[in-house]
Amino acid sequence: MQRYEVPAAPSQTILDLVTYIQRALDPTLSYRFACRVGMCGSCAMTVNGRPRWTCRTHVAKVAGEGEVTIEPLKNMPVVKDLTVDMREFFDKWARARGAFVPSEDAARDFAVVPPSSPERVEADAAIECIGCGVCYAACDVVAWNPDYLGPAALNRAWTLVNDLRDDGQPERLLAVAGDAGCHACHSHESCRTYCPKSLNPTASIAGLKRATARAALRGEL
Amino acid sequence: MSALAASSFRRRTHPAYVAFLVHRLSGLMLALFLPLHFWALGQAIEGEARLESFLRWTDNPLTKFAELGLVVLLAAHLGGGLRLLFIELVGWRDWQSRAIAFAFALGLAFGLLFLLNLGA
Repeated sequence: MQRYEVPAAPSQTILDLVTYIQRALDPTLSYRFACRVGMCGSCAMTVNGRPRWTCRTHVAKVAGEGEVTIEPLKNMPVVKDLTVDMREFFDKWARARGAFVPSEDAARDFAVVPPSSPERVEADAAIECIGCGVCYAACDVVAWNPDYLGPAALNRAWTLVNDLRDDGQPERLLAVAGDAGCHACHSHESCRTYCPKSLNPTASIAGLKRATARAALRGEL
Repeated sequence: MSALAASSFRRRTHPAYVAFLVHRLSGLMLALFLPLHFWALGQAIEGEARLESFLRWTDNPLTKFAELGLVVLLAAHLGGGLRLLFIELVGWRDWQSRAIAFAFALGLAFGLLFLLNLGA
């Protein structure tokens, strides 16, 4: 562990600290960021043991006695310093069939999705994910079972399960119903606790559990 | 504890994780108690006198105190199980943390009621 002294500044964020260290103290320090305003999801790190988006985390809020411990995200291989390899994290989105499957029937009319329909309400509650990896780093099941698809990928799959226009439902439910899928979740709710967008992947995963159970009862899985 | 070692615990210090731990650990401890429970029930088959002497032995304050622990464990495990059922079967939203607190309160309440009953 390296120690650095960084001068305090008003409204200073954890990302500001790391940027100061790289620019003024240690140019070799590696970290990842892009937008700095909580949209892109690239600057997540472990701050005092908890996964956080560093661009929206104020130092004043988390620094006890003027000290902060900053580590790379857990559950992902470290590339260098604070930069982790997120390849597996995003590959799992693909494995959970997280891509929209358009209908091949071009003649089909536009789908009318009322904003108040139960499916749209479910999708809305889960749709704002920025792919920062905080939930994935917070999840013990990911640590225990490296194949587990993880909260973010399953949350994405849940938004698509609720998309009336999507034509890939049987394959998606099959993809999320396996040993590494939604039924592996232990409902620790660490994903919900730490999601910087206040999403609730535990609820999305519970929705997938119900959807896959219903499909199994109907003999569709 | 070093800062880095402490940090691996800190992300687990939230109410839902505690609820998971209580559910899991109470389940394990109840499972450990079951053989003793079945052994005690087995005494009834051996004869009324043996069961009676065992039951008289359980009247001592220490056993009563241990029984209080058992009742709390059972109630906590029931509460934890209800929490999981609510999460998985009911499409809940943000009131689940209240449900967790309720589960713990229920466990404690059952334990204390049992304690009051002992005094009566």
